[in-house]
Amino acid sequence: MIFAFDLFEPYEFQFFRNGLIVATIAGALCGLLGVFVILRGMSYIGHGLSHAVFGGAAASAVMKVNYFLGAGIWGVVSGLLIARVARRRVIGADAAIGVVTTASFALGLALMNRYGQASKSIEAVLFGSVLGVKVADIYAVSLVALLGLAVVVLGYRKLLFSTFDRDVAQVSNVRVSLVEAVLLAMISLTILVTMRVIGTLLISALLVIPAASARMTTNSFSRLLWVSPIIGAVTCFFGMNLSYHLDTSASATIILLDALVFVTVYGFAGVRNRTKMASLGHL
Amino acid sequence: MRQSILSKTDSPLIVCEHVSCTYGNAPVVEDVYLTINRGEFVGIVGPSGSGKTTLLKAIIGSQPVAHGSITIDPRLTIGYVPQVETVDWYFPVTVEEVIVMTRTKTKWWPRITSKERADVREVLEKLGIAEVAGRHIRELSGGQQQRVFLARAMFCQPDVLILDEPTSGVDVRTRHEILHLLADLHQEGLTIVLTTHDLNGLAAHLPRVVCFKKTVIADGSPREVLTSEVLEVTYGAPMEVLEHGGMPLVVDHGRVAMRGEGK
Repeated sequence: MIFAFDLFEPYEFQFFRNGLIVATIAGALCGLLGVFVILRGMSYIGHGLSHAVFGGAAASAVMKVNYFLGAGIWGVVSGLLIARVARRRVIGADAAIGVVTTASFALGLALMNRYGQASKSIEAVLFGSVLGVKVADIYAVSLVALLGLAVVVLGYRKLLFSTFDRDVAQVSNVRVSLVEAVLLAMISLTILVTMRVIGTLLISALLVIPAASARMTTNSFSRLLWVSPIIGAVTCFFGMNLSYHLDTSASATIILLDALVFVTVYGFAGVRNRTKMASLGHL
Repeated sequence: MRQSILSKTDSPLIVCEHVSCTYGNAPVVEDVYLTINRGEFVGIVGPSGSGKTTLLKAIIGSQPVAHGSITIDPRLTIGYVPQVETVDWYFPVTVEEVIVMTRTKTKWWPRITSKERADVREVLEKLGIAEVAGRHIRELSGGQQQRVFLARAMFCQPDVLILDEPTSGVDVRTRHEILHLLADLHQEGLTIVLTTHDLNGLAAHLPRVVCFKKTVIADGSPREVLTSEVLEVTYGAPMEVLEHGGMPLVVDHGRVAMRGEGK
C-alpha cells in the first residue's frame, strides 16, 4: 500500500499533472511526426528547428511578445527558410539547417545574456522544466496534436507518396513543396509546444527515437503511424513518473527510457532477423 | 483495346524543342529535338552520364528545363517507372501500399477500400504478380520489384508509360518477361518511352531507337540507327554491328580485344 501511495504521490501536484498531460500528448505527437522525420532522413531538422525556436523564444521574451506567437512564427519561418534554401541545391539541406538554426540559437543566447535573467531561463529552455508548465500549455499541445493528426489523416497519401518517391509524386500532381512546407511547419509547432517540458537540446530525440524503435517492429507504413505515437506517449508517461521518484530531470529520464526501448527492440529485432536468416540457410 | 482520352487526336503527345538542362553550370542535355507520337514504342540508348534520365525527368516535369520547351497535352496522364536503384527498398511499405499511394485525389481517408484492393489485384494479375500484394517491397525478386513499379504506373491508367532502365540489374529471363510485357501493353495502345543500356537484349527489339549523348545523335529504326558509325559517336568507342536473325547485333570491340589478349 505504501508503494502504491508513493506511486500516486506526484499526482497531488498540479504542476506534475499538467506536465504529465503535456508530455504524454507531446510524446504521441512527436512519435507521429517522427515517422516522417526518420523516413525522410530529416533527423537533423528536428535538432536544428528546436534550436531555431529557442531563438524565437528568447526574442519574444525580450520583446514581451506572447511566447507561442513569437516563438511559433519564428520557428515556422525558420522551417520554411530551411526548405527554401535547401531546395536551391546550391548548398545541401544539412548546411542550410546548420546556418539558419545555429544563427537563430546564437541570437537567442545573446538576447538572453544581454536582456534576460540568463542562467536560470537558459537552463529551463535548454533542458525543459515541469515546473513551468501551465494549463495554457495543455491547450496548446492538444491543439497542435489535433492539427497534426488532421494533417496526417487528411494528407496521408500525399505525405506517403512524397516521402517514398518525391519525383514520381510530383509527376502525379502532388504539390510536393507544399507537403514539405506543411510538414516542416507542423514539426516547428510541435517543438514549440513541447519545448517547455522537454527542452531544446533533447526534443529532437523525441522526434527520432520512438519512430526509429517502431520502424524495427513493422514493415507497414500505416502500422508504423500508430505504433510510433504509442511508444512516444508511453515512454513520456512513464518517464515523467520515473523522473519524480528518481528525482532526475524529466526530459533526461524520458529520453533515457526511449533509448532503453530502442536498445531492447533493436536486440529483439536482431535476434528475429538472425533467426529468419538461419531458417533460410537450407535454401 | 485500351481507350485513351487522346485516342481521337493525331497530334504528337510529347514535343521537345531545343531543350537544354543543366546541373549548376554544367550542361547535361543540349539542344534536344524529339517528338513522341501516340502509340509509339521508343527506346533511348546511350552511355552512362549521357543525360537520358535527365531528359526523362525533364519530360515528366521533375527536372527544370534551362532552355527550349517541352510541349505535352495537358490531358495526358504519364506513368513513370524510376530506376530500381533509386528506390529505397527498406522503406516500410507493402506492394499494395506502393500502388495505392498514387490515388491521392479520389479520397482523403487513408484506409484502402475494397474497390481499390480489387483494382490493385487486377493490375497485379495483369502483370502476373497477384500473390505479392501484401508483401514488403524488399521481399521481392528483381523482376517482381520492376513489375511492382510498372503496376504502380499502370494503376493511374496512363496514356504514356515512361521507364528509366527497366531491365537494369535483372537476369536474362526477367528481361525477356519485361520486354514481352511491355510489347503486350504497346499492342493494347499504350505509348511507351524507355531508356536502356541494353542494345542487343532490348533496344534492337524496339520499333524506334534514339541514340543519345547529351543530344540526339540518331533517331529511327534499329536497322537505321544501330550502326558502327552512330554507336562510335554515341559511346566514344568502336563497335561492330553484325546481323543476326534479321536484327542488328552489336559487338563491343573492347570485350573482344580483352578476350583476345587473354588467349
